[in-house]
Formats: sequence, structure tokens, C-alpha cells
Amino acid sequence: MAKAYTPGLKVSSRTTHLAHRILPIAGEVKASLGDVVDAETVVAETFMDGDITPLNVANLIAAQPGYLPELMLKKEGERVEKDEPIARSKGMFGMFKTECKAPASGVLEAISKATGQIMIRGESIPVQVKAYLPGRVVEVLPDEGVVIENEVALIQGIFGVGGETSGPLVMACTSHDQGLDADAITDSMAGQIVVGGARMTAAAIRKAQKVGVAAIVSGGIDDSDLKAILGYDLGVAITGSEKIGLTLIVTEGFGEISMARRTYELLTSNAGRTASVNGATQIRAGVMRPEILIPLASDARDVDSAQSSTDSGVLAIGTPIRVIRDPYFGAIGTVSALPEAPQVLGSGSKSRVLDVSLESGEVVTVPRANVELIEA
Amino acid sequence: MNDTQKIDTDAINVILATDCGSTTTKAIMIEKVDGVYRQTWRGEAPTTVEEPFANVTVGVLNALTEIQEVSGRRLIDDAGEIIRPATETEGCDIYISTSSAGGGLQMMVAGVVREMTAASAKRAALGAGAIVMDTIAANDKRRPHEQIQRIRELRPDMVLISGGTDGGDTKKVTEISEMIAPAKPRPRFGKSYELPIIFAGNDKARPEIERVFSDGGFDLKITDNLRPSLEQENLGPARDMIHDVFLEHVMAHAPGYDTLMSITDAPIMPTPGAVGDILQTIAKGRGINAVGVDIGGATTDVFSVFDGTFNRTVSANLGMSYSISNVCAEATMPTILRWVHLDMDEHELRNRVKNKMIRPTTIPQSMEALVFEQAVAREALRLAYIQHKAFATTLKGVQQQRTVGDTFTQQSGGETIVNNMKLDLLVASGGVLSHAPRMHQTAMLMIDAFEPEGITELAKDSIFMMPHLGVLASVHPKAAMEVFERDCLVYLGTCVAAKGTGKEGKNCFSWSLDGGSRGSGDIAFGQIEMVELGPDETAEIEVRPARGFDVGAGPGKPVTKTIRGGTVGLILDGRGRALALPEERAECREAVTRTIDAVGLYPDLEGSAV
Repeated sequence: MAKAYTPGLKVSSRTTHLAHRILPIAGEVKASLGDVVDAETVVAETFMDGDITPLNVANLIAAQPGYLPELMLKKEGERVEKDEPIARSKGMFGMFKTECKAPASGVLEAISKATGQIMIRGESIPVQVKAYLPGRVVEVLPDEGVVIENEVALIQGIFGVGGETSGPLVMACTSHDQGLDADAITDSMAGQIVVGGARMTAAAIRKAQKVGVAAIVSGGIDDSDLKAILGYDLGVAITGSEKIGLTLIVTEGFGEISMARRTYELLTSNAGRTASVNGATQIRAGVMRPEILIPLASDARDVDSAQSSTDSGVLAIGTPIRVIRDPYFGAIGTVSALPEAPQVLGSGSKSRVLDVSLESGEVVTVPRANVELIEA
Repeated sequence: MNDTQKIDTDAINVILATDCGSTTTKAIMIEKVDGVYRQTWRGEAPTTVEEPFANVTVGVLNALTEIQEVSGRRLIDDAGEIIRPATETEGCDIYISTSSAGGGLQMMVAGVVREMTAASAKRAALGAGAIVMDTIAANDKRRPHEQIQRIRELRPDMVLISGGTDGGDTKKVTEISEMIAPAKPRPRFGKSYELPIIFAGNDKARPEIERVFSDGGFDLKITDNLRPSLEQENLGPARDMIHDVFLEHVMAHAPGYDTLMSITDAPIMPTPGAVGDILQTIAKGRGINAVGVDIGGATTDVFSVFDGTFNRTVSANLGMSYSISNVCAEATMPTILRWVHLDMDEHELRNRVKNKMIRPTTIPQSMEALVFEQAVAREALRLAYIQHKAFATTLKGVQQQRTVGDTFTQQSGGETIVNNMKLDLLVASGGVLSHAPRMHQTAMLMIDAFEPEGITELAKDSIFMMPHLGVLASVHPKAAMEVFERDCLVYLGTCVAAKGTGKEGKNCFSWSLDGGSRGSGDIAFGQIEMVELGPDETAEIEVRPARGFDVGAGPGKPVTKTIRGGTVGLILDGRGRALALPEERAECREAVTRTIDAVGLYPDLEGSAV
């Protein structure tokens, strides 16, 4: 049987997931091997050097840079407080002395005889890494962080904004093709992860922000709605640091598009469970997609045994796929033929193609580059 | 790396070259055929810098193995090593490589005055093939703490500091260094990596700079001032130092590069640096002015050589997949749609653009999708060229002797040196240009975006071979030139365009080929016409512009020149320069449709298309 490799997004009812929780710089690991942690447990901690405030003191007190050290009231390494005098000129005949005050609190790190500049280093900035995924610590990376393992249901989204959060999953729509409007968001959804069906509207997101929803997961979002929520037109898909009060994850793409039925059903079957979600998306080398991780209770293993799986990344007859480019964007179906010879497309380009049997029963031909696997 | 001094260029018969890109490693084989160097075979394989391989050499050997399979020539021995020297049936004489894997070379540059030393430092870094993450200058309008914050956020591979002319004031450049040192920029390669700092500023400031960076965590390198005086820019030593540091530090920390460096016969070059080198070699060899462009998914590189001066710019976030949404945001949708002759729903297009951004590997299936994608490409190229023209300038801060006649045209330096009328050769590369279904589309994308004036040759890089030839030029310039002329470039043809504007339908210029024996005619303003002139043909063209129009010799003055044909032929463009499309949508569509029909850009396809 003809096979070809193509990437896809994971939608898995049970998989063993490893979460690498690593500090940006070396620090102290707070968790030990075998520890059971929950999402909010701090597993590693460090302190980054504080902010630097430069100040050209020699200029301010009209002194030659070379004489600055003897005019300083504080020495290198000493602590200074904001607005505290730190240097004083000699003045004339002991009068008309000019004083310079510290622009910030911190430690006087450097006094330059060459330029007359000083550097005040502010308070160290604490950096904490939380567990994010509840589970067991299976590896400790000394001075760096830990690896946490758990059995989870895993859904990769295609795009998201906002960072890590967690909360119980709550269904706001009754089907995978129902749009998520403002009236589906209720006050009781505060702190929860709201699952919609098709496109989430700007009104729904605004209501969710007001209510205090932790995250929204739905099939699609309109470009104009995203622009309205962010306040700017997103130029490149590198996200995760947005401060909009909640995390948004779309599973299919932009526009009026329904969530894949399988994804919706998996989320429905896990409604009420607490999930960890992250909207961070990075579409560059080392691609990162948003994720929904639902830690499973031990009894869930039986459910999984009925699930089928495909060879990861391999296209074959019968493989479930999603078309990811117009004119069939968003259509879901299975591969029905994989012709070897390239064909001429409507655009005039020559490309390798495949036939897809869509859910509607229609069979269409699309370039292989324009489909993605729905991976188990 | 093997010693390049020992290479006897006359004895070289077989050359292997690779370019290790972020996603694909492309290999070519060059052989001496009947006394002339020709590119004969090629192969490619996924780049293996990232897990699970984490060794770039694996991808290199895979790409070479592909050549081995298609050529029937054994290149890799049983121990997995490249066979050298070449015999009748196996091996190669030299192996060379470029690399942009893992994001290429990422630098931060700093100088005292943004328009002077900082601009020179940026030119040096870009010319060496780097991506400049940010430029810090004393007058960059950011407050010191904002600059320090920015430095802390960046994770450069190295930092280039310049500032001050030799023997001049040392204080400002020391101040800049004093901000960089405590900010402790974190290198990409982790805490064990000592961040290289290259100082190419005032020679008198060197002791102070050494003091500032003496506190560990840095590897300070000092080289000649890149702006020894205001009138002089000396980028060579800084560029060489960047290359050295790139090899010693950056490459040495990338997975598998220690092995790769040990098997190449010339230093590995950053890919864009190699492209710049070959363009310079060609411009110098032919005595011409040239512009090259490489449009990728995330960025667009523009290279130019005018009167021997080389410039390169990287327009970050102007690209056709990862950055397509940014192109639409910067250019605006109405500006993009002026190139589109079909009915399209703007709202739906915006969603399609975002979908391309998040699924960057998809390709246009329908003609409508192709037309829109090529419209976006025109704007990405146009914006990148505007940025290039703004950057490629004469030196600022130079004192100029003026006469009374200059009183009303005072300029303090900083004028662009890019002159479309003087441009002889325009070279296209990058997916949307190289893989356009019709060469006519590639040619028109370039003409619409770059607006060449006068008589300009158009070409495209057939299989993105310029990086390989750039590094080859460093060891065997003759072989590089021969392959460039014969196999690298696909000549599209020649564009003739008159500078000026006029009334629609009035005469713009008249033309005749070989004294009229091969055709002649008049081109009206607004008209565009194609004349067949095959890839191996040349002809003498005489162009007689109408009053007010210029084709190179001045308004109304005729020009005669020998031109080269190509796969597209001769394009006679009477749309005027600067190229202005009607603002009213219906009129604009009509004008664009006329051009599309005249050039045959999007002919109807046979019924077999899917």
C-alpha cells in the first residue's frame, strides 16, 4: 500500500505524557524523584539578576569622571535606597556643593572612572516554575528542573494565545458544529475551561473575560475577532505571553469552522475533569502547538483499549485526515487513493496529490501538502 | 577543516557542496566536463540538527548518498566518510558547505550614533550573513534602562560593538559597553557558552573596553575600527572576525558541526554570506550592477552591488508563510488586492492568510489562491526593497565640499546608492519565485515589486545554488563563475521600462531589434508587450523614448544595447516609473487584467487540472 509522511496534530484519548519543567537559568529544584505534584506545586525556583539602572553621576555633579570614586558617598558593593544621596561634588570653597540621589534602590555595582557612569543593580527577580501537569516526578535535572509523567488525554490545538492555566472542563455547546456565542458563557464558568463547538465569537470571549473563565477551547476563531481581542493584528504565530485574562485555543483554524467530531467527543467524555492547557504557539523551527492535557483517573485505561491508532506520520488508505487549505479547508475525511504520479493543479503547479473521501461522501483530490493527519 | 592552501585548483575535477538549511540540506555535485565546470547532480535530505539525530552530518551524508544513488558515483565509503580524492568512478576532490541551520547566525550590534557607527556595524553584521536582532545606539531614542532591558531579553550568538573614530573620544563607546556588560545577554547555547564580544571601534578605547568585559562570561575579540574616520568605512576586518567567531563558537556549539568542520575543505560560511559573496564575484567579473533577492517563509533577504559596493538587508517578518500575516498587516489588504484581477472576499482572505500562517507548508491548489499568493509576494518584495534602499546609502556624517550650485540641494550623506536605472541584473530566488508554475509569473513578480528602469536582465536561481557557489568562490572562483553562468541562473529575459509618466495611450517609447530586422514597434503609456527572444539568443535593441521618458541616457534620448533573451523573452513595459496603478478599484482591475492578458500570466488550464 502506498504510504507517505505528513505531519498532524495529536488527539489521543490516553497517552503517557512527559512534561519538562525547566528553569530559564540554573537554580534550585524543589521537588524530588517520585514526588506526586499538582498543577500549582512549585517544582523549581531561581533568582535572576535584578534590573540595572545606569546613571552618569559625573555629568550630574559636573565632575571629571576620573575623580568620581572619591566623590561617591557609597562604595561599590554597598546598598543604596531610592532618593538617597550617593555622590556630592566638592563645590567651591566648600560651598555650592551638588548632590546626586539614587534613581533606584539596589546594590551599587560599578563606578566607572572612564565615563563617570554608575550602575545600580535592583532586587533579584524570583522565577518559579510550577508543575503545570499533575503527576509524578520521574526525573530530576539537577539545578534545572524536573520531568513529570502522567497518563493523559491529549489534544493539540492548531493555534492559541495566552499561557498555561488549569481548571475543570465544561461544555458550553451541544454539538461540534455549534458556534460559541456570548449567551453560552455563564457566571458559573469562572475558573473553568470552556469548550465550544465551532467558531468562538469576540462577544463570547469578552463575556468570558468578564466572568473570569480560565480558557476557551473551540473549533475556530475569526481573524477580525482575534484582532479585536488582542488589540493588534497578529503578524507571526509566536504566542503565549499575551495578557488578555484567559487562554484561547482553536483546534482547527481561522474562520467559520467546526471542531473535528472526534476531538469534540473526547472533550465531552472528559467534561468535569481538571485539565491543564497552554495556548503558547510557535510556528518556526522547533514548532510548538497549544495543548490540552487531561490527567486521567486509573479507571480510564479500559476506555482507551477500544481506540484505534495509526502509524505516526504515515499516510495510507483509510487514514483519517483534515484538509488544511482552500477550496476544501476544514473538510475531514479518509484517504481513498494515493496516486504516485504528480498531477497538475488548478493553479498550474505540478504536485503529488491524494484522494479524500469526505464525511459528506464526496471524493475530492487535493495536494498532499494540503492535508494533515488526525493522529491518535 | 583541511588546509585550503594545499588545494591545486587545476587538479580539481569533482566538487561536492552542501547547504545545511533550517529544514533541508541541499547537496550538489560539480564536475569538469569537456574542460568546463558544470553542476551535474543534486540531492537533498532533511536537516538533522534537531532531535532525534542532533547531528548535522547525518543530513549531509544522506543528501550526498542521494547524489551517489542518482549519479552512480560512489561518494561515501564503508566507514561513512567522503571519499577523496576523486578517481574515474568514485569520490570527490573537495567538499565545501554553508549553513543556516538552527536559525542561522544571530547577532546584536551596538554603536554610538545610530546613523553612523551603529549603521556601519549593522552593515558589517548583515554582510557577514547574520540576522541582526537589534541595534543599540546612544541616540536610538530609548532610555538607558529600556536599552538594558532589551539587551537582557535577546539571546544573541555574538555582539559587535563599534563607536568612535580612531583616536577620537572614548567616553561614549565605553558607556555603551558599560551597559552591555552588566546586562549579561544570555547566549542561545546555554550557560557554559562564553558570549563573544567583537569590538571594532575607536582604537584608543581598547584598554577601557578590555576592563569593562574582564569580569568573566565574555570572550572579547578586538579588531580594526570599522569606521576609522567619518569618511571611511572599513568593514572587512569586522566581517572576517564575525566569520572566525561563527566557526569557533557558534558552529562549534551546534550539534555535529565539529565533525562537519573537520571534513570541509574550506571554512563553513553562513548561507546568506555565501550568497552575497557570489553576487559580488559576478558583479565584479562582469562589471555590472546587480540585485538579488531570496524570499523565504519567514524573511526576505535583498543583496545589491552598485558600483562595487555591496549591501545586504534581511527583512525579518516579510515572508510567504510564517510571516504572511505580517506582510498583509504591513502592506494592508487593499494594497495587496490592487494586483488581483478576480473577485475576492476580503474578509475570507484574511482568514485564509491566518490559516497559511499557522499551516505554513500548504500550497495553492486553485488559480485564485495562486493569484492572491503572488499578489502578497509582490508586496513582500516591494516592502523588502524599500527597506533595502533605505539601508544601502552613502556614509552619513561625511563632510562634503559644496559649490554655490549645491546650495539648494543640500544633502548630508545618507542617500541611497540603489539606482534602478543603473541596475543591469535582477536575480530571483526563494519558493514563491522559483516554484511559480510559469516563468512569466516570476518575471512579472520581480518587475512589479522592484520596478527596474531602463534595460535590465532578469534571471532566477534554478535550484538555489548560489550559497554553494559563494563558498566555492572562496576556493575556486573560476569553477564558481562557470557554474553560475551555465547552470545556476535561468535567464528569464530582459525588461525594458521607461522612467516617467504620461497619458494613457500616448506614446511611451519606440523600439527595434537588430535594426528592425527582428521586429520593431511603439509602446503606448500603460501598455506592456512581450517579444519572443529565446534563452540562447542575443539581439541589439534600440529604444527611443518619447519626450519626458528616460531609458537610461536621459529624457527623450535613445539607447542602444545588446540584450539577452530567456525563457520569457523581451518584456516591453510602458506602464511608467514609478509604477502607479489606478486608485479606483474597477479601473485598477481593468489595468491589471490588461497586463495579465498581454503577458499571458494565468492562461486557462486544460481540463485535467485538479
